[in-house]
Amino acid sequence: MRFGMRLSRLRRTVRLGVKSLWLHRLRSLLTALGIVFGVCSVIAMLAIGEGASFEAQEQIKNLGSQNIILRSIKPPEQQKVSDRGSQSFALQYGLGYADLRRIRETIPGVTLVLPARVMREYVWNISRRIDTEIVGTVSWYPEMRNHHVAEGRFFTEAEMESRANVCVIGREMIPGLFPLESPLGRHVRVGSDYYQVIGVMEPRGEPIAPEGGSQARKPSQNRMYIPLETAKTRYGELLVKRRSGSIEAERVQLHELTIQVASLERVRPVSEAIQALLEQSHKKKDYEVVVPLELLKRAERTKQIFSIVLGSIAAISLLVGGIGIMNIMLASVTERTREIGIRRALGARRRDIILQFLTETVMLSGAGGILGVLGGVLIPFLVSRFAGMKTIIVFWSPVLAFTISALVGVIFGLYPAMRAARMDPVEALRHE
Amino acid sequence: MPPSAPILKLDEVRKTYRMGPVTVEALRGLSLEVEAGEYVSIMGPSGCGKSTLLNLLGCLDRPSSGRYLLGGEDISNLEDDALSLVRSQRLGFIFQSYNLIQQLTVVENIEVPLYYQGVSEEESRAKAERIASMVGLEHRLEHKPFELSGGQQQRVAIARALVNDPLLILADEPTGNLDSSSGEEILRMFDRLHAEGRTLVLVTHDPGVSQRGGRTIRLRDGRVESDLRHPKSGSTPGGSP
Repeated sequence: MRFGMRLSRLRRTVRLGVKSLWLHRLRSLLTALGIVFGVCSVIAMLAIGEGASFEAQEQIKNLGSQNIILRSIKPPEQQKVSDRGSQSFALQYGLGYADLRRIRETIPGVTLVLPARVMREYVWNISRRIDTEIVGTVSWYPEMRNHHVAEGRFFTEAEMESRANVCVIGREMIPGLFPLESPLGRHVRVGSDYYQVIGVMEPRGEPIAPEGGSQARKPSQNRMYIPLETAKTRYGELLVKRRSGSIEAERVQLHELTIQVASLERVRPVSEAIQALLEQSHKKKDYEVVVPLELLKRAERTKQIFSIVLGSIAAISLLVGGIGIMNIMLASVTERTREIGIRRALGARRRDIILQFLTETVMLSGAGGILGVLGGVLIPFLVSRFAGMKTIIVFWSPVLAFTISALVGVIFGLYPAMRAARMDPVEALRHE
Repeated sequence: MPPSAPILKLDEVRKTYRMGPVTVEALRGLSLEVEAGEYVSIMGPSGCGKSTLLNLLGCLDRPSSGRYLLGGEDISNLEDDALSLVRSQRLGFIFQSYNLIQQLTVVENIEVPLYYQGVSEEESRAKAERIASMVGLEHRLEHKPFELSGGQQQRVAIARALVNDPLLILADEPTGNLDSSSGEEILRMFDRLHAEGRTLVLVTHDPGVSQRGGRTIRLRDGRVESDLRHPKSGSTPGGSP
């Protein structure tokens, strides 16, 4: 009963507040705008940031957090010139089978090693062709790189041993090569060799660009996987590029080595051991070490900093909005001095006056908060729709933003409301 | 209430204001009693303490010393909240400049004292509508004050003063802003209230206005100068003793 009465009283106070705010529609709107923009920008920026860091983390996770990835990179140009005289015309660099053996045999904690060779060739289906990276690798590639077969199967160890002419193509190659029929069981041609398609890989995001500014190869989206042994027999170790009359040859044994470590804690010591080992055996820095776990940690740290910066911006904009509200409420209290006097004379207690003005302020900032939440949800939607960026609205961000905006109303409304309540009724009634 | 007890009793009331270094004595030991059903006019030159007295009677201010009994209860030392309650339950105010709240409609204005008493919405609306029709405003309920004439606005104020069924109605120059015909209309309404047995205290400059009540109190320099009861009982059938 008592609670019901209080509720109905609150309802009437709210209705009164709506009426007073509605009387000065434009002013109310402009006042709330500060909060609207504050809340809106917080939610939108948070969503965009969250989306971006989610994508980065997803890509890193695809590499496998227990993995260490070694890549061969072409050493800088001037060294190539000096090397030319002493060696054959083919430039030799990168990781070799000797490295693979040494890592597997001498470094404890390494459970699996995945070698890969990458060759860039055209892949043909009768008259259709695609520029493709052909990856010669081993049968445990899918589980180790967390990159799975969508249709058909990956090649087996037996097929590796027998150097079978089989291949697994990336799904992204299907439209270009097999626009009408299922690729499974068909053959594709690379150079003069035919490979039977036995599986299709799931698509995956853009591979992480190699660090250290190696511009050696722009990774192609199209990837086809064949057994490593097959690749070795068909292509040897010499890769020849014919480019506008000149011939350039490279001798690379392995383009990529993925090393799986027994546990997450051992990723760092193992990666350090590997780097030490490679530094000894390689005269030139013709390799790079990518540790996805480190990248992941760095990405998380970046996100944390981003959140702090965002939080400060949010706090400042809400503070500015709150000051704007307080300013207007102070003006409103002065303007309505007479009304306050009348209400006091007719029996309003101080706290009734406080409640009345506080309700108005909270409604103002709350309405601003709601508009801000709507805008803050709409903007990320538009951004992902038209700019193609991934955005994620974390469920707590609108809730938090709205709560803070209402709180701003209370904090910045309290002083004007108290000023209204402290007025002497006699003076207030005399006010013109 | 026992009929013998006065509705209002001031006992040696003083009120001093401090204005910087100067102390102003507005009331200097004023004593006064008003019985239930009396229609009292307070007159006096400006600066005689009329407004101060009215503020004290209206519980908008507290005396510096002395006692103020309203309905037999000493209210000279009540807290602010308690005074608010007294105002909303026992007093009705009528001002010279009507003092209606501009953004509220007629009926909402009438309801304000009930709102602060915590009367439920349905009840207060019913009561306000009844009182509005008593002062002849039943067709203006949803109008805003600025849409009404001065006389109509003052009638809204009278309805507002009556809605809480007060012990005492206080009026400050109620006809001061009105032309003579609307003023006359308002005064006839006061006569009617007096006839119904309500207690009215009215501050005025106009001797014509003061003649209509049964008693005129003249103030000078913060004291009662004269207190006259006119035997004009024609307008008070069965009213005052």
